[in-house]
Amino acid sequence: MITGFSAAVAVSSVIVAGWSFVLAARGREPQRSLLAGLAVVEALLVAQLVIGVVLLISGRHPGSLATYLAYLVGSLVVLPAGTVWALAERSRSSTVVLGIACVAIPVMVLRLYEVWSGTHA
Amino acid sequence: MPDDELPEGRDLPERDASAGPATANRKTATGPGRVLVTVYAIFALAATSRAGVQIATKFHEAPLAYVLSAFSAVVYVLATFALARAGRAWWRVAVVACTVEFLGVLTIGTFSVFDPAAFPQATVWSVYGRGYLFIPLVLPVIGLFWLRRTARS
Repeated sequence: MITGFSAAVAVSSVIVAGWSFVLAARGREPQRSLLAGLAVVEALLVAQLVIGVVLLISGRHPGSLATYLAYLVGSLVVLPAGTVWALAERSRSSTVVLGIACVAIPVMVLRLYEVWSGTHA
Repeated sequence: MPDDELPEGRDLPERDASAGPATANRKTATGPGRVLVTVYAIFALAATSRAGVQIATKFHEAPLAYVLSAFSAVVYVLATFALARAGRAWWRVAVVACTVEFLGVLTIGTFSVFDPAAFPQATVWSVYGRGYLFIPLVLPVIGLFWLRRTARS
């Protein structure tokens, strides 16, 4: 994987997570601007999927292909599922739900990066 | 400051007017419970993916560990669904799932410490969930605590 891009995905997700927790601490329900932030992170994750697949096609391979694909695809599911769950009952807790979904992303990106560089290490 | 600083009904127990008489009891998926379900869902995804990859690619390496890995995945999925639903039956399923989860993390955690050879590859519950910041150890305790609280309401 491209180190800079992975870092950008992880950092943007951490920022949106922090933003969620600040809003939750102030007792706010999820707002449009926060959802826009989540959409940006999700867009970066889609770009990550594209980059990941292109790298595979170009002949480079991760340590474990199955694990790599599981993280690549699994990381796409978290934010949309978290958003649906959060908006089904709008409250301060929904904002926390979005924050927690965002916290999972950098963990998955880090693992993805580790799995990818397994061959090069 | 404008009113939207404190949106109406941010305190949940009073807010849930949509609950009918049948579901008014033992609602676990409301208020902070929604956060709990989110964490459970993430662990369900993590454990299911991990077990899926392990069983699909290298089951022969450590069949027992991978079967237990799959078992933990089933427990997390079950706990997630049970906590996400209202009603007595689901509440009971959630209690069973959280209890099994707690016993599982203690048992497998202990075995993986004293007999590491039996667990060559990490499962979610290895070393009490160390690879997952020990969240697997704390999660069932919080789950059971939340179930006790929702039982009273």
